[in-house]
Amino acid sequence: MAISKTLNSAGTNPRGVVAQFEQQYAGYRRQKRVYAALFGTVFVLCLIAALVTTQFNLWKLIAGIPRATEFLSKMLPPIHLDSFAKDFGEWYWGAAEWFDSLLNTLLMAYLATVLGTIIGGTISFFAARNLAQNYLVYWVARRVLEIARTVPDIVWALLFVLAFGIGEVAGILAITTHTLGAQGKLFAEVNENINPLPIDGIRSAGGNWFHEMRFGVLPQVLPNYLSYTFWRIELNVRSATIVGFVGAGGIGLDLFTAVQMLYFADVGAILLIIVATVMVIDMLSEKFRHSAIGKASFAH
Amino acid sequence: MSARLADITEVDIAAERERNPGAFGAPLRQRLNAWMAWGGTTALTIYCLYRFGLLSGNFLHGVSKFGETVVAQMFPPAGYGDIPLFLKAMGETVAMAFLGTLLGAFVAFPFSFLASKNMTRSRPIQFATRRGADLLRAFDYLIWALIFVRAVGLGPLAGIMAIAIVETGTFIKLYSEAIENLDRKQIDGVTSLGGNWLHKIWFGVLPQVLPMMLSNTLYMFEHNTRSATILGIVGAGGIGFLLGDRLRAYELREACLIIILVVLTVYAIDYLSKFLREQLIGDHKRREPIDDAVQI
Repeated sequence: MAISKTLNSAGTNPRGVVAQFEQQYAGYRRQKRVYAALFGTVFVLCLIAALVTTQFNLWKLIAGIPRATEFLSKMLPPIHLDSFAKDFGEWYWGAAEWFDSLLNTLLMAYLATVLGTIIGGTISFFAARNLAQNYLVYWVARRVLEIARTVPDIVWALLFVLAFGIGEVAGILAITTHTLGAQGKLFAEVNENINPLPIDGIRSAGGNWFHEMRFGVLPQVLPNYLSYTFWRIELNVRSATIVGFVGAGGIGLDLFTAVQMLYFADVGAILLIIVATVMVIDMLSEKFRHSAIGKASFAH
Repeated sequence: MSARLADITEVDIAAERERNPGAFGAPLRQRLNAWMAWGGTTALTIYCLYRFGLLSGNFLHGVSKFGETVVAQMFPPAGYGDIPLFLKAMGETVAMAFLGTLLGAFVAFPFSFLASKNMTRSRPIQFATRRGADLLRAFDYLIWALIFVRAVGLGPLAGIMAIAIVETGTFIKLYSEAIENLDRKQIDGVTSLGGNWLHKIWFGVLPQVLPMMLSNTLYMFEHNTRSATILGIVGAGGIGFLLGDRLRAYELREACLIIILVVLTVYAIDYLSKFLREQLIGDHKRREPIDDAVQI
């Protein structure tokens, strides 16, 4: 922009044009260098501050790598092809207990998703600017959702363990709380983006409020709700595997115990179960999500 | 088409229904499927409520206990004298996220070229790098932290390693996606001028992918700051260590103060990161609302 302006003001003198261009180009280069130097200095200062604060020690890190790899390699016990079934069976000696925990984990994630979605979905109508009755209700609803999702689910789990004791209930409540915050916010955004014309159409055809919501609003928001919910199940399965670290039930509790007791092979076996589960759930959820999004494109 | 509403007879409607069955509601099978899906969801939910004892009196007892012995004990927050200590731990948390993200980015950078279809001719190498990255990402930060605390001891180093491992996987994926989306013509231009391999990367690839990589890295730094606040709960340093400590010791008022500090820091980092990305790259529109809801 600036260069073309210069070209115009320099008129028809080609030498003047080149000289001015060179001058301006040098100016740009200088400015860029100044910015780069400034950014670099700030970056290096941040780096030094971070290294000092964490008492970072590269030698300790390098010394830690073999220990960590040793830990990781011990997780896979020797399995020979000729005695595969026997070795594998020995590795998964606790399979019955672990798969029971896994079932609990999945059901925890499911229940928390359902409860969180119902509660969050209800609050989302008060937290949508176009649907809220008055500003105070809107403000309170927004803050409730914010607190519910900004406090990490593992912190909620710690708090609920204090009241409900060690077990799945604390985990369900923790994930429910986090879910209602996240779903409420996303649903409120969906609610704010609805097209009012279908509602007008139903009203003009003599529909009442229920008809407006059922046939005007719901078809617009439901596909998005469903898509977000499948996606949330995926995240909640991951959460449900870790809330056990603080005693809130599920397979995380087995993993935590195995790590604390240094039962390496058990840690490996449980991690394999978790990874396989997370991958299968991700795949299923993606499939369902795409079908839900497919319906979304029909609804508009 | 001058037919009035009154002229339409039942016969006309029946004929129309015959011609366009879809306009009069979903077919029976589709409706049955929908009812079965909703019915199944409800049934499973009721079973879960029953299985985990959420329908029993014990649960109600727990709820009232939660109100009396947890929520009521948290307010008003206390421990203002410890604020310097908390702030120092908060600084440690941010530093952990910073170093972990940086380390992950450095390790991921060369591998991201291996993982890009347009940079790596050998499909097995490209595929193996991608799947390896997926495996690193598959475990949560806390799982890695738990393992590294056992391997290198309590403290921020375990947290840095946990973040670096997960981020290596994430950045290989994000960077290689950026590399795969680049415009081939700039590389062809460098080739036509006689540039060698290094020239092609330096003048053809990097100018295109670097802004995207920077933006992704900043965004993950923001995300990791949130994750780092809780790594300490399993012993990996930072503010989470103090929070877990206070909660287990039933010092709920101090825990409440720490939670407030964590929430405020998360907000501050959110705004700072948004501001920086707008200043540096100007791609604030790239961020989808779905990202905002992904907290830890």
